[in-house]
Amino acid sequence: MTFAIPRPVLIAALAGLAAVAAMTSLLFGAVDLSLARLIAAATGDGDRVASIILFDLRLPRALLALAVGAMLGLAGAALQGYLRNPLAEPSVLGTSNAAALGAVAALYFGLAQIHPAVLPLLAIGCALVSLGILFLLAGNAESPLTLILAGLALATLAGAGISLALNLSPNPFAAMEIMTWLLGSLENRSFAHLWIALPCIAVGMAMLLWNSRALDALTLGEDAAQALGTDLRRTRFRLLIGTAIGVGGAVAVSGAIGFVGLIVPHLIRPLTDRSPSAILLPSALGGAALLTFADLGVRLIPTTSELNLGVVTAFLGVPVFLLYLMRERRLW
Amino acid sequence: MVKITIEQLDVTLGHRRVLDKIDTAFASGTLTGIIGPNGAGKSTLARAMLALVPASGTVRIDGEDVAAMPRGQLARRIAYVPQGQTLHWPLSVERLVGLGRLPHLAPMSRIGDADTAAIERAMARADVLHLRHRVATELSGGERARALFARALAVEAPTLLVDEPLASLDPGHQIDAMVLLRAEAADGALVIAVLHDLTLAARYCDRLLLIDQGRVIADGTAAAVLTAERLRAVYGIDAHVETGGDWPTITTLGRASG
Repeated sequence: MTFAIPRPVLIAALAGLAAVAAMTSLLFGAVDLSLARLIAAATGDGDRVASIILFDLRLPRALLALAVGAMLGLAGAALQGYLRNPLAEPSVLGTSNAAALGAVAALYFGLAQIHPAVLPLLAIGCALVSLGILFLLAGNAESPLTLILAGLALATLAGAGISLALNLSPNPFAAMEIMTWLLGSLENRSFAHLWIALPCIAVGMAMLLWNSRALDALTLGEDAAQALGTDLRRTRFRLLIGTAIGVGGAVAVSGAIGFVGLIVPHLIRPLTDRSPSAILLPSALGGAALLTFADLGVRLIPTTSELNLGVVTAFLGVPVFLLYLMRERRLW
Repeated sequence: MVKITIEQLDVTLGHRRVLDKIDTAFASGTLTGIIGPNGAGKSTLARAMLALVPASGTVRIDGEDVAAMPRGQLARRIAYVPQGQTLHWPLSVERLVGLGRLPHLAPMSRIGDADTAAIERAMARADVLHLRHRVATELSGGERARALFARALAVEAPTLLVDEPLASLDPGHQIDAMVLLRAEAADGALVIAVLHDLTLAARYCDRLLLIDQGRVIADGTAAAVLTAERLRAVYGIDAHVETGGDWPTITTLGRASG
């Protein structure tokens, strides 16, 4: 038997959760601001400090957390459906690593100093180049295994490039900067970052959501999906381009944040009828809520320096993996 | 009334010619069994009829070339159950059967009343109504085969193409599956089934198409196709073919000697 929560209820609940996460994210931070001061700032009657903190620091950060989390959650759900593999996430296609390599190159060669937009643009550019290579490597094969192998080859290559940059880093500070970026963070992000990421994420999400029927049909395998009217080439094109643009745009501003794309669909799936289309939008909302709460966590957990987001999401990933393992072994 | 016409169909996979100048036709209201040894090209023929493999020659459905037909349109005309049908996510039987309505849904639309009625009809026909809330991946082989069959019926296409529907079924469920196919044909559908069990094929099919090494070796009624000499030549078996009853029964005696 399956115990699916009615879809409108699930979507409303997750949207509510994401909204609560965003509101909480606006309330808490390094500077203690009362709710009254924040409301006054929001309505334009507040003091200058509260206004700056709210509009220049917390609001873009909260919005980026929502957008990046939604993109990562959706990309994970779409790729798991497409590859029919519950362990798939954006990094499987090498997209995240390629985008990270682009950003690392910007940091390593000092290009990031030229203009704030250089780093994200280079990251998105690298994600798109990696996609082109992925299409060349995978050829016309429709098997998910070919795509995974090609993606892993690319991810490994990009990973090697990142290691090389760290290895040959001109000074420890440059290495530290690269390292910090690789661990993912939304600290000190502004609306400029949001305007870079948002169009990419919007396009990426639209392209992924367009595949919902094809992903359902693929539940029965490639032949049956085609016999049900699915154009596999177009599906693959939309899915890969959407992932590259969307995840490339997200990674470009947030750094490499792993596990969101992996764990969110796993948390969402048992609440749905388990068809790939049913988890797409809920995974986007769940990802938005999860990353926003995680970002709140890095600000509130008392450490000498602010934790990186990627570290928190990695720790969150472990119990989900264990849960999955226990379910597979029928221990729970 | 549907008619599928195949002319000079060639399929080459890698360096091997899998189908070699196949010419045949299928019409509504008949259950045709495609039989032949392993590697004969039966499944490739089924896939070529849906333009799932690169082929030369033509497959036409009611005069229209399937290779030039939009996938969605073809999907509404031929319902297909592939060999060894897999199910990658643990969907409920009802949701699985609902996948059969995908070819009928307009972009961004949801399942409507007509689709729900078609799903109910398909589940009733395949006798899986009582399993509707069960997880399809947790069903027994027989129940699962019926659920997958219901998924194909939910398409409500005039043609039904099933590849080895009897694999992994016990004798009772094999008969159930053949009775279902028979009933579809009796109701006017064009039904084509790739089969290995010769006696069941002889018992239930109106017509048998025997294929070997990519060529049609024999085409006709079971009595005309299933002769001891042909079974020896194609399958390499010695068999006793009993022709006294309403349909031929085959008793395999062993591997053909010499």
